[in-house]
Amino acid sequence: MTGQVRAGRALARRPPEPPVRVLLAKVGLDGHDRGLRVVARVLRDHGFEVVFAGLRQTPESIAAAVVQEDVDVVGVSMHNGAHLTLAPAVIRALHDAGLTTPVVVGGIVPDLDVPRLEQAGVAAVLGPGASNEQVVEAVRGAARRRTP
Amino acid sequence: MADRRRWQEELDRSPVRGVPFETMSGIPLDPVYGPDGAELPGQFPFTRGPYASMYRSRLWTMRQFAGFGTAEDTNHRFKQLLRSGGNGLSTAFDMPTLLGRDSDDPLARGEVGRAGVALDTLADMETLFEGIDLGAVTTSMTINSAAAPVMAMYVSVADETGVPRTALDGTIQNDILKEYQAQKEYVFPPRPSVRLVTDLVRFATAELPRWHPVSVSGYHIREAGSTAAQELAFTLANGFAYVEAATAAGLAVDEFAPRLSFFFNAHIDFFEEIAKCRAARRIYARWMRDRYLASDPRSLALRFHAQTAGVSLTAQQAEVNLARVAIEALAAVLGGTQSLHTDSYDEALALPTEKAARLALRTQQVIAEETGVVHVADPLGGSWYVEELTDELERRAEEVFSHLLDVGEGSMLEGVLACIEDGWFCAEIADSAYRFQCKIASKQWVQVGVNGYTEGDDDRTELLYIDPAVETRQLAKLAAVKQARDDDAVRRCLGRLAREAADPTANLMPALIDAAKAHVTVGETMRALSSVFGTWSERALA
Repeated sequence: MTGQVRAGRALARRPPEPPVRVLLAKVGLDGHDRGLRVVARVLRDHGFEVVFAGLRQTPESIAAAVVQEDVDVVGVSMHNGAHLTLAPAVIRALHDAGLTTPVVVGGIVPDLDVPRLEQAGVAAVLGPGASNEQVVEAVRGAARRRTP
Repeated sequence: MADRRRWQEELDRSPVRGVPFETMSGIPLDPVYGPDGAELPGQFPFTRGPYASMYRSRLWTMRQFAGFGTAEDTNHRFKQLLRSGGNGLSTAFDMPTLLGRDSDDPLARGEVGRAGVALDTLADMETLFEGIDLGAVTTSMTINSAAAPVMAMYVSVADETGVPRTALDGTIQNDILKEYQAQKEYVFPPRPSVRLVTDLVRFATAELPRWHPVSVSGYHIREAGSTAAQELAFTLANGFAYVEAATAAGLAVDEFAPRLSFFFNAHIDFFEEIAKCRAARRIYARWMRDRYLASDPRSLALRFHAQTAGVSLTAQQAEVNLARVAIEALAAVLGGTQSLHTDSYDEALALPTEKAARLALRTQQVIAEETGVVHVADPLGGSWYVEELTDELERRAEEVFSHLLDVGEGSMLEGVLACIEDGWFCAEIADSAYRFQCKIASKQWVQVGVNGYTEGDDDRTELLYIDPAVETRQLAKLAAVKQARDDDAVRRCLGRLAREAADPTANLMPALIDAAKAHVTVGETMRALSSVFGTWSERALA
């Protein structure tokens, strides 16, 4: 509710922007999709357009979906400790497809790993307990930094 | 009353632990309290517990789930545990193994040995249990999609080491239905998957009299976001679906039902969790007797393992999780659990360190040894509040059963399968998860350290890191096994698997055991089966 009010105010201050399009995917074998599903609804509540790729995506399938769906941001979720391998792989796959789409990582990511992910080019990391506002801000912030 | 006499007889027959059953003030305690005519533990409908004497005879099993790295690493942990007096081994497999993929599968990269032990061939299973007498331990294996091939490997190790199959004692989770609903570690479509579950139940019934071939699990349903009422209803519905599948395959209910077991979540809403355990036993007893016509008392008494709620743990101020886990564990014990895993306080961040795992175990020991709650069975029975919650949860579960039976036109199995196929379970669970998130966002629910009392989150919890060399070592081992095995035998085994998979009357277990012994990999086995069964992906809805 508060988020919708905030979004409304933002629209009132600025000329209307097209909604941000986000691709949400689980990458790798991990099946913990509770967080991703909740994030999908939270983002939709806040006016984002969500393309829900769901489970068992590979870096390559994500890159292909980004091309096809023309999204502004990619959100990938990992809960099994594979983030240091898979997040850079997603960024590489996007790069190989000629894309610079920002990648936001969510899931169980220890603090110690956050700088390593940022170094690898991840736009933002959302750990356990991230609030709706933090999710919305992270995705919106990543979209703003998108190089056209 | 006949019930009271029967209860007394059972109580008198039960062993008694050598501790005084009294309060700290020395007030002597009865084994159970209630007015004349009250329900009694160990008596139908088992609301108050599956056994007459409950924890006076035997405490619950403190079974801590563990597994990481290579089979050598986990074998080392197992041996440590056995040396310190434990006899219950519990195995976590890594994601590739859970999904029936080998360590050298492209999709396995980054996940080998990370969230559990990596298992590719019989050689890994041999290493995992090297120096351990499989006839003298109980082993719990948490695996579902690849349960049948992994069980085949376990049986093969027993065969090779001269342990009779009849001596094998333990549990394999083998609950595929909740995978489609919640945990999402599925490979094949639901129907052939249920056939694999049933094959293992039939095999265990014939050859492994002490083995528990299915652990019907609500834990993951709850972790995925369901309410307690949904966890209760969906889990029991899945249990009834397996009962229908096994009887349809020709087994009599009393042949296999005594070895069905359950696995519930112990969450933070204290009284509701206790009521959930009580309601589960009562519903199960009634349905097993009245609908499935079971008569062996062991077929009617629901026994369960519990684990504290991983999702209730917070990464913020992680030490606070020690308090949450203690409360949740106490709920499980007051709910009458047979076995318990307590989560470690650092698990919202990573796999537990040794220290965190030890504290989790110590929490159970405090409840068992210091609190006195174990002296009296079902101490909250008769509380107006807890009895009403128990009744209400039962009513809500019955509503779900009615819906599933409607959809399945009288068959619980068909109802569950249809509601998996059309995404009903996933949608129900996702709705509940979203509603809970809304409560957090609006602070209708305060989670300490997350949306309230946030000051003081300055600790840096020590975390367990998995050595990335695990993957390299495992890949080398797999390559060596593939090099040394008889390729013709492998081809023959794979051909037989595909043939028998296509014959719905065949039991796949013997072919799986032969394949394990020929060092066919888990991945090759699963591919042979999926060439017949196909694979499953859910509709991507959110």
